[in-house]
Amino acid sequence: MSKKIGEVILDLQNISLRFGGVKALTDISFDVRRHEIRAIIGPNGAGKSSMLNVINGVYHPQEGKIFWHGNERKRMEPHMAARQNIARTFQNIALFKGMSVLDNIMTGRVTRMKANFIEHALWFGRARQEELAHRQKVEEVIDFLEIQHIRKTPVGRLPYGLQKRVELGRALAAEPSMLLLDEPMAGMNVEEKQDMCRFILDVNDQFGTTIVLIEHDMGVVMDISDRVVVLDYGKKIGDGVPDEVKNNEDVIRAYLGAGH
Amino acid sequence: MPTQANSAQLDGLHTFPRLLFHHADIRPQAPAMREKYLGIWQTWTWADVAERVRALACGLAALGFKRGDNLAIIGDNRPHLYMMMTAAQCLGGVPVPLYQDAVAGEMLFVLQDAGIRFVVVEDQEQVDKMLEIQDQVPTLAHVVYDDPRGMRHYSQPFLHDIHELMEMGRIHDRNHTAFLNEEIGRGHFDDTSVMLYTSGTTGKPKGVCQTHAAFIAAAQGGVEVDRLGADGDILSYLPMAWVGDHLFSYAQALVAGFTINCPESGDTVMSDLREIGPTCYFAPPRVFESLLTSVMIRMEDAGRLKQKIFHHFMAVAKRCGADILDGKSVGLGDRLQYWLGNLLVYGPLRNVLGMSRIRVAYTAGAAIGPELFRFYRSMGINLKQFYGQTETCAYVCLQPDGAIKFDSVGQPAPGVEIKIADNGEVLVKGPMLLKEYYKRPDATAESINAEGYFMTGDAGFLDEDGHLKIIDRAKDVGKLSNGAMFAPNYIENKLKFFPHVKEAVCFGNQRDMVCAFVNIDVSAVGNWAERRGIAYSGYADLAGKPEVLELIRSCVEQVNADLVHDAMVADSQIHRFLVLHKELDPDDDELTRTRKVRRNFVAEKYKLLIDALYAGQANQFIETEVKFEDGRRGKVSADLKIVDAKTFPVVKKVA
Repeated sequence: MSKKIGEVILDLQNISLRFGGVKALTDISFDVRRHEIRAIIGPNGAGKSSMLNVINGVYHPQEGKIFWHGNERKRMEPHMAARQNIARTFQNIALFKGMSVLDNIMTGRVTRMKANFIEHALWFGRARQEELAHRQKVEEVIDFLEIQHIRKTPVGRLPYGLQKRVELGRALAAEPSMLLLDEPMAGMNVEEKQDMCRFILDVNDQFGTTIVLIEHDMGVVMDISDRVVVLDYGKKIGDGVPDEVKNNEDVIRAYLGAGH
Repeated sequence: MPTQANSAQLDGLHTFPRLLFHHADIRPQAPAMREKYLGIWQTWTWADVAERVRALACGLAALGFKRGDNLAIIGDNRPHLYMMMTAAQCLGGVPVPLYQDAVAGEMLFVLQDAGIRFVVVEDQEQVDKMLEIQDQVPTLAHVVYDDPRGMRHYSQPFLHDIHELMEMGRIHDRNHTAFLNEEIGRGHFDDTSVMLYTSGTTGKPKGVCQTHAAFIAAAQGGVEVDRLGADGDILSYLPMAWVGDHLFSYAQALVAGFTINCPESGDTVMSDLREIGPTCYFAPPRVFESLLTSVMIRMEDAGRLKQKIFHHFMAVAKRCGADILDGKSVGLGDRLQYWLGNLLVYGPLRNVLGMSRIRVAYTAGAAIGPELFRFYRSMGINLKQFYGQTETCAYVCLQPDGAIKFDSVGQPAPGVEIKIADNGEVLVKGPMLLKEYYKRPDATAESINAEGYFMTGDAGFLDEDGHLKIIDRAKDVGKLSNGAMFAPNYIENKLKFFPHVKEAVCFGNQRDMVCAFVNIDVSAVGNWAERRGIAYSGYADLAGKPEVLELIRSCVEQVNADLVHDAMVADSQIHRFLVLHKELDPDDDELTRTRKVRRNFVAEKYKLLIDALYAGQANQFIETEVKFEDGRRGKVSADLKIVDAKTFPVVKKVA
């Protein structure tokens, strides 16, 4: 199986992010290429989620430049990221617990709906046709993730592993070109992890989606990523293909402690 | 053996392909198959199915599939896989469905035995299995897959997308317009229509060859007895390799012309059932049991008023529901109450279960508890048992409407002859018998006797109304010292229908009376004890409580009261029993991994107890070694009380 990794689509240059006097990220540069699976790893508090939030437009770095498809990106809000085809999942699941799986995934289509508020409220005109088209896409996602049996179940009633899958479904429903996954496998058992790995690889392979993921499970990261960037205390200490990173002295020290 | 039992032969519809094209002619726009895809039920009409079968058959021919070739079919119930069966039959080939859950190694034997050249599979998972064993099946030449998902990177030339196959077939059909009709015309009712492999619990799996005539006869008989029409719906969710699915979803569907519905996935069967509301439904007893349990649990959470209404009308249903369904006379008061109950309870409940439109529901495969059976029948669901083997197209006995006995499997089906051999074995003869075991003339000769009867290996008897009762596997049946038949399984099953009894082992072969070991069900009896304020510390303690022994005695005596009504087994009443101090456990080799009692092993291990039972002692001390789950060994000991149960005098019938 050979896959085509393309040009750089996201380029982060010398990013620094501070919260008051606390330096969350210091002078970090790395890039993401089209169609790759890029992992961000590091010990707790290393700044991984902050990094994802910078990409996503939640945090605005004080220094540094971000290039998206070659153009420098100005200050941006999360919903603009969504419009630019960047979708994400969260470390602690952020679904609507009382709504069904179907409705939750449908919310992933919101940025693509064109009908206005009145049309939606009165269910006429474009709203109706739109919903049918969007439902089709949502059903494709449900089929892809093999969650047909819980289509109508309220999300709050599902076990954790399935909720994670639903969250991935909502992100996929937006048909993103880049997918940000914040610890997609945290708290899962081995079988659920295997399933999730398979879905991530399938998304990457079948839809050509670029994936940036944060993950603690080293086995998983080394198996599925194309390139890995390692953060520690807000600084980048390693960057490269899994084998390079595995043998990097700084990385070993950060993970296993100095005396090793 | 020429078979001349069905009327279809007279009008030329004596093979399945002919039946299919007949339906496509007379009802082209009626739905033939449905499948839920992307959340929506997609329908294929008979015309659609006929067109696709045509394309698939021609496609197979273009790939080199020839008369006499076997086509392996592996996957969940999918319309395309059912169509492939007919496509293979059009060309005079034989479909061989395999159990889709089996790992590649388990499929190997069948693929080799049947000399498979062509395989059609559902998806990537099954394709991977074929690739895994491809080297060991030298004959394997082509693999066709239905679902292209995940197949993008497979470039092997012998893999074909089913849609490509259909395209190939359509071109072939255009270039050789007469080809397929000629092939179908050459099909004969005595050709093998399908090969179903037996599970192989006794030795290697054997391929059972069934002819078109056999399955058509079996399907027609069933359709007539239960009046299944072209307007019916069935949910096809059981493995295609199982004879029951082939009878209901394939043979009967083609004979009667009803619609088969394929669920979205194995996990969605229950909600798909509710959406389709089939008119005919099959499930093994445990499915009916778990449905009932879920209803009861949800009822316990309902409000007080609802509970009252529910329990009141369930009592009404218990009293008269089954009789109303059987068309027996029932008093006006009860009828009115039942009508009201139907409005308030039974109707809505049937709706929740997806059984509003059920004309007939079948169960088979294991003994079903009488309570469970009566519950569904009293609710107005026409639940029936049937009896048959792979070798008899699952068609030997049916329970006709109005003559249901819960402890029998029914009367011989139309066209079927039943004879009981001297050793109690059930022998059957009829148009539905197998043609042969594939490449096993020795096994074929062994299973069919000189008079043409198939030997089922089951022991049973016909009661006074001509209903067949199956009591045991023939090899387990023994004799009491007075010569009466002793069928341990039959008695044990009766005991196990009580929720308090988990396991039972009966002894009596070559002895003057029947005695039994009983294992209590610790959760059911524990619950029972708690409600009565009986304190206990564990299984052994609970099993020894006098109240518990008394409870089990009442169960045993009810079984005895039941047994006395059957002249054949009246002598097998349980005279003495004891409740074992430990649960029979596969870890101690007392049960098989599928939780069947290893009778001889138990008899040897507890010889001391058996001797005590027959010596008339009142109690017996025993010490047994047990293995714990972590591998340690320990000993449990107890002084077991032996209890005498009341037996009933056997009334000999005056001839």
